[in-house]
Amino acid sequence: MTVQQIVDALGLKVLSGDGLLERAVSGGYASDLLSYVMAKAQPGEVWVTLQAHPNVVAVASLTDVACVIITEGIQPDEVTLAKARQEGVILLGTNEDTFRTVARLAALGLEG
Amino acid sequence: MQLRWLPMDLHVHTVLSACAELEMLPGPIVERARALGLAGIGVTDHNSAENVLAVSEAGRRAGVAVFAGLELQAKEEVHILAFFPGAGQALRFQEEVYRQLPAGQNDPRRFGHQLVVSADGELLRENTRFLQAPLAWPLRECAEAIHAHGGLAIAAHIDRPAYGLLGVLGVLPPGLFLDAVELSRHADPAEWTAREPALCQFTLISSSDAHRLAEIAAQTWFRVAEPTFEELKLALQGTAGREAHILAVERRHVQ
Repeated sequence: MTVQQIVDALGLKVLSGDGLLERAVSGGYASDLLSYVMAKAQPGEVWVTLQAHPNVVAVASLTDVACVIITEGIQPDEVTLAKARQEGVILLGTNEDTFRTVARLAALGLEG
Repeated sequence: MQLRWLPMDLHVHTVLSACAELEMLPGPIVERARALGLAGIGVTDHNSAENVLAVSEAGRRAGVAVFAGLELQAKEEVHILAFFPGAGQALRFQEEVYRQLPAGQNDPRRFGHQLVVSADGELLRENTRFLQAPLAWPLRECAEAIHAHGGLAIAAHIDRPAYGLLGVLGVLPPGLFLDAVELSRHADPAEWTAREPALCQFTLISSSDAHRLAEIAAQTWFRVAEPTFEELKLALQGTAGREAHILAVERRHVQ
């Protein structure tokens, strides 16, 4: 499965990284505490969170997750978006909450 | 002793904070503070006080009081400001903080550089610890450790969704002893007190959380005899005629 397929299936808004969406996705992880993400998220996973500040981009880059889905319709500020573009981090947005988003990812066959 | 109303900005970052701009050097910071009429500033880098001495020295030259502080990141990923009577106490406290940091080094490419500088802004060294990380201490232990070292504990920018006490936890945890509560520079104190009436039990301050020179601001006025740690403590307690009030809040520009 690719990021593009997830974008299409969940109707996500591409906030950054629109040229990078063919990346493969291997699974998923959800948490809003960056320390847990750093310890547990695996490269190639989709990370689901409602955090939307610049350190999210740093942690996404560090862990090499395939993309970040920001839930609850929260819009990252311009500093965060600029950093994401610079780092080649894919940020995706949805108005749904984290539980619903993860449920839909699981229905696509993604595992934690 | 004559009491005066003095504006102070207790939350300013330097180049030691990975997220701060490279212009956040001791000289330019205190010059900007002086130009704004600030009597004092708090130096509050993430989990470290290694630039406090340098800014204090620059502050002495410019006639701006500098409060020795750190901005701790508790285990819950909530920020709490710590202030100490002097740089020596802050640096001793820092040793304990460093033991609570996770292992591993800062990745400057992703998080930014953490620079230790002299009062003149010369690069002395780069701090390689991962200072943007949460400590092993939860909030309550952060506050207890600060107080055990004779410091003041102030919950930082509590309204902010990222790293703010109310934003992250949603409530003020009972039994958490705080000397004051800080609102971020755009937050209206009346609005936040109405939303969270329990805030009435705390002294409220508003500070800039400046990561750029242009962000340093005069928002909270302190009625004190002098801009010193002991007077600040009295003002936050609201005793001996000392007090602190938010008198200006930067209006958010509507885009």
